[in-house]
Amino acid sequence: MNVISTILQRVLWAALLLLAVLILNFSMMHLAPGDIADTISQSMGGADATVMAQIRSDYGLDKPFIFQLGTYIGKVLHFDLGYSYFYNQPVTTIIFEKLPATLLLVLTAQILALIIGVLLGVYSARNRDGWASHFVTFFALFGYSAPVFWTGILLLIAFSLKIPLFPVAGMVDVTVEGGFIAKFIDLLRHMVLPVITLSSIFIALYSRLCRASMMEVLETDYIRTAKSKGLSNREIVYKHALKNSLSPVITLAGLQFSAVISGAVLVETVFSWPGLGTLALQSIIARDTPTILGILFFSALVVIVGNLLTDLALRFVDPRVRGH
Amino acid sequence: MSNFSKPTDSSTSQAGSQTIERARHPAADALGMFVKNRAAAVALFVLVLIVVAGIVGPIVYETDPYDMVWAPFSPPGQEGFLFGTDYLGRDILAGILHGTRVSLLVGLSAALMTVFIGVTVGALAGFFRGWVEELLMRITEFFQVLPTLLFSMVIVALFGPTLTVITIAIGAVSWPAVARITRAEFLRIRELEYVTASRASGTRNAKLMFSVILPNALPPIIVQAALMVGSAILFEAGLSFLGLTDPNIVSWGQIIGSNRPYILDASYTVTFPGVAIFVTVLCLSLVGDGLNDALNPKLRQR
Repeated sequence: MNVISTILQRVLWAALLLLAVLILNFSMMHLAPGDIADTISQSMGGADATVMAQIRSDYGLDKPFIFQLGTYIGKVLHFDLGYSYFYNQPVTTIIFEKLPATLLLVLTAQILALIIGVLLGVYSARNRDGWASHFVTFFALFGYSAPVFWTGILLLIAFSLKIPLFPVAGMVDVTVEGGFIAKFIDLLRHMVLPVITLSSIFIALYSRLCRASMMEVLETDYIRTAKSKGLSNREIVYKHALKNSLSPVITLAGLQFSAVISGAVLVETVFSWPGLGTLALQSIIARDTPTILGILFFSALVVIVGNLLTDLALRFVDPRVRGH
Repeated sequence: MSNFSKPTDSSTSQAGSQTIERARHPAADALGMFVKNRAAAVALFVLVLIVVAGIVGPIVYETDPYDMVWAPFSPPGQEGFLFGTDYLGRDILAGILHGTRVSLLVGLSAALMTVFIGVTVGALAGFFRGWVEELLMRITEFFQVLPTLLFSMVIVALFGPTLTVITIAIGAVSWPAVARITRAEFLRIRELEYVTASRASGTRNAKLMFSVILPNALPPIIVQAALMVGSAILFEAGLSFLGLTDPNIVSWGQIIGSNRPYILDASYTVTFPGVAIFVTVLCLSLVGDGLNDALNPKLRQR
């Protein structure tokens, strides 16, 4: 009962956050110089005052702010994020077309970073002066300091231009023939460099935190008890210590969702990955405001859902959190 | 970063200095600790060089970064151009020197703004608690939900790519981390006895917040500020890489972004500006680590 009510509370809070994103979105659109009427008249090649006024009243731009905001929120509740005058399509249609590619990139990178980060962290906590420990220290600094788009470009130069191991751009090669397996392998080959680039930052973060938390857990009394019970090192680390040292890492991973998406925008641009990031840049260049704000809304939605799932995962892994 | 200084000799000398030089000023103590951390000291030195290069460089090295000075794609070191020329035959060294100013300026002012907003929000939340804290932390959480780069891209797209807008955009999305740290410190310190004593003697809230509690909350905020300059520089580089920057001002990210189509012919055009960003941010984070070691009295006890 208690668990259900806390989960309900979280979901309610997530919904409120989304509402706040909508209000922010709309206010920014309102505050920014120029409106939809300007965009439309530009694409028409200029319009006089009466036509402008006509467009403004057609789109309800002459109504008071609160009224327009209400209409906007009402529309979004019906999955209507407006119409893109650049792509001549509803914004939701465009976004749903690109969202899977971004989700694929973001989730793969996040999962890969967690797995490698935890493995590196655990290994280096067990061998404090070994190569892995120094590697984690070095890698954490590199991952934090190197701009992700630059890392991407360097990998691109090295592994697809100088040594042509991987494709240069895109997500799929349309010329690839064959069944499902051939297409799948093609997709994997396209994914390798973008995923490595994006996850490098987060491997750095997670491995450093996991090492610290593992070292702390290994000092605790119950681990000493396990040792004196005669358990092997492997059992102690993977059965007892890992579970407790994971929760800070999972908490951090949850907080990083918005950073992963930010990184994805740059990585997508470098590798011409057909996702929300490249779409965002194109629509910014085209000054296509409805699409830009739609992307901001959907990316916030991804972050909110990601946070919610992390929260639930944490409850699953760590019984200490369940009480709160 | 204990891996950079030899742990054995630094720990013994610290134990020695603690017994003998007890009367030293805490700032002098911290400075001593900082200098002992060799990586941080070297990083600070390099950082000073970068700042000097940014200030003096464009004056001494007079080439205009927008001038076509030679044939496009002259490799580095030949024809007298240390870092070569780009796809329009512009001198990359000149671009990097001019870009240093932009990066440092945006980095510093965005970090200042971040710290200002973050400290204000965090201090109010941690000091007053209750509904103020609830409201402010909810707002903080809201800002953490927006993907930072996308949000600032939207701000820059809507309000125009000037350096001021870019700085505000970076500051507007980066402050939550500082707010959280400040709040945590305030929550801890406000319960200490000296604060209770000060409150009992009738000190007003504003003074209590900013001249009684804040000075003791500063160390982690200073460390975070150093890291914030680094992340603001990365941020600005990302935005200008995407082309969302003032087209009349050269910056590191912009050089990389505009030369990206030609990396097959001239990979150095993206390598050198990237190295500039990397080294600057690396130095800032090493300095941040050094400050952390120097300002954290708990670490000093070891």
